[in-house]
Amino acid sequence: MILIRLEQKQIIGIKFNIMSPEMIRKMAVVKIVTPETYDEDGYPVEGGLMDRRLGTVTPGLRCKTCGGKFGECPGHFGVIELARPVIHIGYAKYIAKILKAICRNCSRVKLTEEERKKFLEKLKRYKGSILIFDVFDEIIKVVKDRKTCPFCGAVQYEIKFENPYNYIEVNPEEKDRKKRERKLTPIDIRERLEKIPNEDLIFLGLDENNRPEWMVLTALPVPPVTVRPSIILETGERSEDDLTHKLVDIVRINKKLMDALEAGAPQPIIEDLWDLLQYHVATYINNEISGMPPAKHRSGRPLKTLAQRLKGKEGRFRGNLSGKRVNYSARTVISPDPNLSLNEVGVPYEVARELTVPVRVTQFNKEFLKKLVKNGPHKYPGANYVERPDGVRINLARVKNLDEIAEKLDIGWIVHRHLMDGDIVLFNRQPSLHRMSMMAHVVRVLPGRTFRLNLTVCPPYNADFDGDEMNLHVPQTEEARAEAKILMLVQTQILSPRFGGPIIGCIHDHISGSYLLTKEGTKLTREELIDLLYIAGILEEVEDKLGDKKEFTGKEVFSLFLPEDISIRFKSKLCKSYKCEKCLEENCPYDAFVVIKNGKLIKGVIDEKAIGAFAGEVIDIIAKKHGFDAARKFLDSYTKFIIAFLMRKGFTTGIDDEDLPKEALERIEEVLKDAIERVKEVIKMYEEGLLEPLPGRSLEETLEMKIMQILSEARDTSGRIANEYLEKQKKENHARIMAITGARGSLLNITQMAACLGQQSVRGERIKRGFINRVLPHFEKGDLGARARGFVASSYKRGLHPVEYFFHAAGGREGLVDTAIRTSQSGYMQRRLINALQDLKVEYDGTVRDARGVIVQFKYGDDGIDPSRSDWGKTLDVKRIVECVLGGKS
Amino acid sequence: MKVEEIEEFFKDLKDKLPENTFKELIEEVSKYKDVTKEDLEKIKNEILKRLEFSMIQPGEAVGIIAAQSIGEPSTQMTMRTFHYAGVAELNVTLGLPRLIELVDARSEPSTPMMVIYLEPEYAKDREKAKMIARELEYITLQDLTEKTEIDILESKIVIYLDTRELKRHELTPEEVAKKIKLKKSNVVVKDDKIEIYVEGASLKELRKVRDNVLDTYIKGIKGIKRVVIRKEGDEYVIYTQGTNLKEVLRIEGIDWRRTKTNDIKEIEEVLGIEAARNALINEIVNTLQEQGLEVDLRHICLLADMMTVDGEVKPIGRHGVAGEKVSTLARAAFEITVDNLIKASIVGETDRLEGIIENIIVGKPIKLGTGIVELVAKREYFKI
Repeated sequence: MILIRLEQKQIIGIKFNIMSPEMIRKMAVVKIVTPETYDEDGYPVEGGLMDRRLGTVTPGLRCKTCGGKFGECPGHFGVIELARPVIHIGYAKYIAKILKAICRNCSRVKLTEEERKKFLEKLKRYKGSILIFDVFDEIIKVVKDRKTCPFCGAVQYEIKFENPYNYIEVNPEEKDRKKRERKLTPIDIRERLEKIPNEDLIFLGLDENNRPEWMVLTALPVPPVTVRPSIILETGERSEDDLTHKLVDIVRINKKLMDALEAGAPQPIIEDLWDLLQYHVATYINNEISGMPPAKHRSGRPLKTLAQRLKGKEGRFRGNLSGKRVNYSARTVISPDPNLSLNEVGVPYEVARELTVPVRVTQFNKEFLKKLVKNGPHKYPGANYVERPDGVRINLARVKNLDEIAEKLDIGWIVHRHLMDGDIVLFNRQPSLHRMSMMAHVVRVLPGRTFRLNLTVCPPYNADFDGDEMNLHVPQTEEARAEAKILMLVQTQILSPRFGGPIIGCIHDHISGSYLLTKEGTKLTREELIDLLYIAGILEEVEDKLGDKKEFTGKEVFSLFLPEDISIRFKSKLCKSYKCEKCLEENCPYDAFVVIKNGKLIKGVIDEKAIGAFAGEVIDIIAKKHGFDAARKFLDSYTKFIIAFLMRKGFTTGIDDEDLPKEALERIEEVLKDAIERVKEVIKMYEEGLLEPLPGRSLEETLEMKIMQILSEARDTSGRIANEYLEKQKKENHARIMAITGARGSLLNITQMAACLGQQSVRGERIKRGFINRVLPHFEKGDLGARARGFVASSYKRGLHPVEYFFHAAGGREGLVDTAIRTSQSGYMQRRLINALQDLKVEYDGTVRDARGVIVQFKYGDDGIDPSRSDWGKTLDVKRIVECVLGGKS
Repeated sequence: MKVEEIEEFFKDLKDKLPENTFKELIEEVSKYKDVTKEDLEKIKNEILKRLEFSMIQPGEAVGIIAAQSIGEPSTQMTMRTFHYAGVAELNVTLGLPRLIELVDARSEPSTPMMVIYLEPEYAKDREKAKMIARELEYITLQDLTEKTEIDILESKIVIYLDTRELKRHELTPEEVAKKIKLKKSNVVVKDDKIEIYVEGASLKELRKVRDNVLDTYIKGIKGIKRVVIRKEGDEYVIYTQGTNLKEVLRIEGIDWRRTKTNDIKEIEEVLGIEAARNALINEIVNTLQEQGLEVDLRHICLLADMMTVDGEVKPIGRHGVAGEKVSTLARAAFEITVDNLIKASIVGETDRLEGIIENIIVGKPIKLGTGIVELVAKREYFKI
């Protein structure tokens, strides 16, 4: 076998320096001298900004410098020789600092030999890092007010810097105001900078490869046309890039200035032109300089020049380098499909035909791939491209005879075949706030036009089906597929690193169904059970466990899904709805204490706390004890089972779930009336001055607090009354079941529907803005009463009084605004957090270090435990382990 | 089985588990009766298996995970700045604004607050606690004044004292008057009035004097604006609006071990960087917990460690951790792009592409996760 040694070049670093005029000239292939770009025939003018030697952006034309076609030729630089030097705007402030630091006569940094020695040590330490600027600032402080130069003894003038690029020298001895100040021209400045000896550069923070005079431009590099391509509009008109526009301005003024100089024009005219040239060069570099009007396009839009191209969210760095647009991706609406495994994603045929996977032809898959090629791009399991071993790509859509190509197929070719069942893809929903926002799924190609996903993966994506869209990406290499499958597959993400519990779990109907299944009294006949188990796809696995019983309790049924060595005890979600003085644990009268022994559910109901996303103890223990495969199987089969069960049983909610007996309504009304009366009393006390202010609060604040307290109490009491009656009801109340099992909604929601909406608030206070001294004209001026300030005594079911409706809308609007603001704020915070922490990683020695190699933690989290595999943050839940081993015994 | 026996059996787990977990293990096992050696063996094996399963893996991008784990739930936080947290009398910033404030390492929180615990002898006694509280509150004459009058004829300023406030702070008009130190003037106390005679002053001067006088320091600690005493369990605790840790710690009867402030920078100044780190962790944990969000402590610790590694509390943004990165490209990709590039060109910075974002920018594989693995082959393998 012959091994070929591969030569590979790698970037090991990037050095930043200031470009010298010589370099700029050497780099250039053309001297740009004329502002014209095209002649009458539409040909690029030689020596113009679109000179053919600068590269090519039109397909079919060859570059005059390198002969490359469009796409091959990278483009070549040109140069503009400036008639007079101008300041590079980016360095303007720094130049001012240098001028302050050096002698106006001999251009040496005004430090004495001793001071030099002192600073040198520090400077050497920070050499080549922007931290050197801190030292430079110290030097400036020492040096700027020196009256004489320590080297040549020349008297020093004060340098004043005025934005954006004016330098003024002030002679303190001169009495005459007009003569005292003198503007320094770029020529003066360049002269001074040129004289700075090399050994002084370090005191200015400058790298030894730089020369300070390079910051005053004498030659301007002209970027190749590939950087500023012109676009041809639909009208056939040519539209130039902003940069080209700006360069045209520069060349024009430059030429004018040159002519003026040659003709010996008067000084003021030359100065005006020079100023204009300076303005154009400055805005060419940065068009957002403070104190200067931005250069504008004919239409009035400010031009996007060099700095603007790099800056900001859509700039080069954030928009094109940190994040890129990709191929092999698709986006469409999502919809649910409980019959898919949680690892799977349903992909429409339309999408599968467009996305491809490259497969290398081998002796084993040759026939199979031939068939795909024969099918071509339009017939489903087909292929869109084939790639010959010499790298030539053939687009099958353009091939007339597919069979011919298929026959040519041989080992070593690559076929870009359609996406097929079993392929690994990445699936993503924005905003991608955590790593579970992008997970790997296994493809199932299905009819229909939406992506289908299992319901248990909704929580990590934070997805619902009210029109959400999601993205899908197809990894193109074997390595990428392997990593996706091993590290990103949905089942590997069941446990969230945020809190060390499951983030994938049952939701909504799964939970209310589980409750109805496992509560006392639910029984299934053998026929029913076998039917359901068959739907769940685990009949064969559990058939032996069924024995010959004719009837099964819900708890027995649930146990069928559990591995046998699981023993666990915990309080269910249901427990939270009852306020017991002392927990009786397994003797709980509400069956709210769950006991699982050796894989058998002995006591308690299964609800959110057992199997829910974010909370499911049972899912947690299966995933941690038996691995992700077991957890996936449990979720897949159990959710299918429970949905079938619930479908047979029937589950619905309607307005009659909020029906209260007359007696209850009367009691609620009584409570609310009483509360409103009490508020009146408090207000009366306040008006009579009898109210005692709370320490540190004003009288008004105290009053508000008291009223709020009374009203929220009233709402709570009315809610309690409503709940009391709903609980007593003989009929199953599905709304209540959803609330207490954690499936959806809360008791507060039910209270608001059945009893009373309560106080509406804006900014945490009762609503008070509106008309003068009152919120709405329906009330007396100065009315502080409950109803006048946004207390809604009606329930959703009864309907809101128009005034109440208004208050409710005011409160609701605040909520909407709040959410809008919050997303942007927390998004920015997260971006900053990621940026600050992104380089941290665990090394092989167990330490956590940043990019510099600085140790941040000696052992990650002090115990070296992966938070996603910890027990809700604990290193190890020994109680649970001991329970699993010993708990099953007694 | 006896506790000693169990402990003996598990002794080789002692170095592998944190102290508390080990104690818990012994406790839990000894709760059960008739435990056999076999059971213990099973428990031990399970523990070892689980420990290996949950070990963090080299190359894990713990920083990003931490940032996501803190950032993701923060979208669910409330924006409401003011919330009544336990103490109804004090406003405290909570929720997202507070979290942002902490991460920014602001030099002063928007609602500075202290919780002052007392030594046992003071903590149990309401009167004694009140005494200390009174010592704390910063009071100027303004706080005790109901209204003022200027009498030009007699060239005097009359200050009407608020008797209620006086009573609350247990001060007499005489005591207050003593604090007023003015040159060329005569201070006279008449019942609840303080009259200040200023010789030959114009109206303008009188007004100026009045404003100065109202700023007179009476007592208390600077920065402490409002004091509230609350009973927590069986002891009295003082809550204050405004903070001044340095001065408060000097006061006798205060339990300096537990007294705290929510101003991280102040803690750094007074107690040092380690204390600041702990305070930061506590504050973040409390903020998240109050919102009912569950975030692993490890992430918060990592964030706090990153903010404090260099020996001072640094904010997370461009003025701190993210802005002081060694890599030019990383800084340019974050904020202030152009300025960073220009500065880099002056000093001739070299980006060594050691971080993550730099490598993404130049298109190299990143050194994180699976990218941490490098293949080293011996030279002779390349010989044909």
